[in-house]
Amino acid sequence: MGKNKKGIKDITSESYLQTIGRRFRKHHLAAVSFVVLIILGGAALLAPVIAPYDPDAIVGPFSGAPSREFWLGTDQIGRDVLSRLLYAMRISLLVGIMATLISTVIGVILGLVAGYFGGVIDMVLMRFTDMVMSFPYILLVLVAAAIFKPGLWNIIWILGFVDWPGIARLVRGNVLNLRETNFVKGNLIAGMPLRHILFSEILPNTVAPILVYATSVLALSMLDEAALSFLGMGVQPPTASLGNMLNGAQSLTVLTKQPWLWVPAGLLIVVLVMAINFIGDALRDALDPNSGRNS
Amino acid sequence: MGKYIIKRILIAIPVLIGITIIDYAIMCLAGSPLEMLQGPRVSQSALEAKKIALGLDKPFYVQYFVWLGQLLHGNMGYSIKSYQAVSDMIGSHLGPTLLLMGVSLIVSLLIAIPAGIYSAIHQYSKGDYAVVTFSFLGSSIPGFFLSLLLIFLFTVKLKWLPSSGMTTLGTEGGAGDVALHMIMPVIVLATSMAGSNIRYIRSAMLEILQQDYLRTAKAKGIGRFLVINKHALRNALVPIVTVIGMEVPTLFGGAVIIEQVFSWPGLGLMTMSAIMNRDYPVIMGVCLLSAVVVLLANLITDILYALVDPTIQLD
Repeated sequence: MGKNKKGIKDITSESYLQTIGRRFRKHHLAAVSFVVLIILGGAALLAPVIAPYDPDAIVGPFSGAPSREFWLGTDQIGRDVLSRLLYAMRISLLVGIMATLISTVIGVILGLVAGYFGGVIDMVLMRFTDMVMSFPYILLVLVAAAIFKPGLWNIIWILGFVDWPGIARLVRGNVLNLRETNFVKGNLIAGMPLRHILFSEILPNTVAPILVYATSVLALSMLDEAALSFLGMGVQPPTASLGNMLNGAQSLTVLTKQPWLWVPAGLLIVVLVMAINFIGDALRDALDPNSGRNS
Repeated sequence: MGKYIIKRILIAIPVLIGITIIDYAIMCLAGSPLEMLQGPRVSQSALEAKKIALGLDKPFYVQYFVWLGQLLHGNMGYSIKSYQAVSDMIGSHLGPTLLLMGVSLIVSLLIAIPAGIYSAIHQYSKGDYAVVTFSFLGSSIPGFFLSLLLIFLFTVKLKWLPSSGMTTLGTEGGAGDVALHMIMPVIVLATSMAGSNIRYIRSAMLEILQQDYLRTAKAKGIGRFLVINKHALRNALVPIVTVIGMEVPTLFGGAVIIEQVFSWPGLGLMTMSAIMNRDYPVIMGVCLLSAVVVLLANLITDILYALVDPTIQLD
């Protein structure tokens, strides 16, 4: 990307990735969010290294206020809130990412199959998708959590299995469009193996919308994990998650007199989810070749 | 037009049946409510007797058809816990939930539609950024967190608003009282709904505003007000209707958590306790009801589409 005669960056010869990067950075909010996410994500990853105390160890007074020793105070049984927060972020991010991965994989496979093979398979799969989509999301999740006993991995699987319909629909729509294009038809005539057509020709062209949708699934999964843990049906104590740290706030004393116990956790959820949403939005604009006036 | 409607209805029926089957199958995995009714010291024979009385010893597919038959007679079974008729329970709890949901939906639309349109028209202005940021904030805050914040602010610190139930204990209630209790839950629900609605409406309007027919209208000299409100808005109705249609399932869901936090005596609260108690006639009743409502909402949305944009009937 050299500069042309007027000293302005010459964008006619940039690669696809560079285009996306440039358009992404134009969204200032998203760029900031990206940085924020890297910081928070890094903190979560490095939690075992940077947390001042072991999150499960009782190290201080009951519900102590923030002090020099415990930057965010201590919780009801004396554990350091800051350390718990770091580990909780880890857990919540883990749940969100894993659930998104699972639902994306399921959705992509089902969508590819339904869209490509069409006919009866398509109809059956789409009816099934409709059925699952008709159930109010939260009811399904709550009921499943009640049946299969709450727990970290159970929550991940449950959330993953409930989110796939949206992605499946999306992928199917894209596949239906792509199936009619000349290059795919050319592949068919040339006798390329099915696996190649599906995974090397069609899939790469639907990656963009899937990615954008996946970010909103990620945001939703994190919110849902928080809600479930808050209700006591998600991640179980003593493991900390951003949701169950808010659970204590249901008691009036905690709510009013000990805000350090719940406000930071809630704020973190808001920041994380907002950042993910901003990035998803910017990605959508950056990846869409038709996006209006920008670039 | 009639053909379109009939086609849609025919497609919906197998989905409905499928829903009841899935619903029932999930319940069978749910485990026995007997565990909840008896304590650990009850003898085996008493457990067995109770089991037969509840009809739980028949194979599960027989139970399904028995239940289905009862359903078509309007009987949704009896709660295993409280022996009340499920249809009665749902009936008495439905009103409060509908009230809350309806008002929240209207409020969120009142916020979202003007905001989305304004934001699209004045794209990239400070107002646009403000609206977009607010909408992101609204859809990123977990409902229960916002509820806690509001309760903290308005009930504890300012002592302005009540924070639980639908009416003040011991009083008759009355519209004003209910309205007061409703303010905070509605704010929470409407905010998160408005958050996502604004985004949809804004991007729909943005797309429409770039269309050529609007350029023609402006070139013809039609005033800006008319251009936006008559020409652009009519086309924006399609996404707006979509949005409303999509909110209906969310309404049932979001209710559950908010109703918990505010002890609002609606379906959500009833469902939570039913789930805790493994009260499966109640759970099945609620699931069925919501799935049917969602199906109906989709159907109506599809029909409304056909009305608003006749080209859609060509499918």
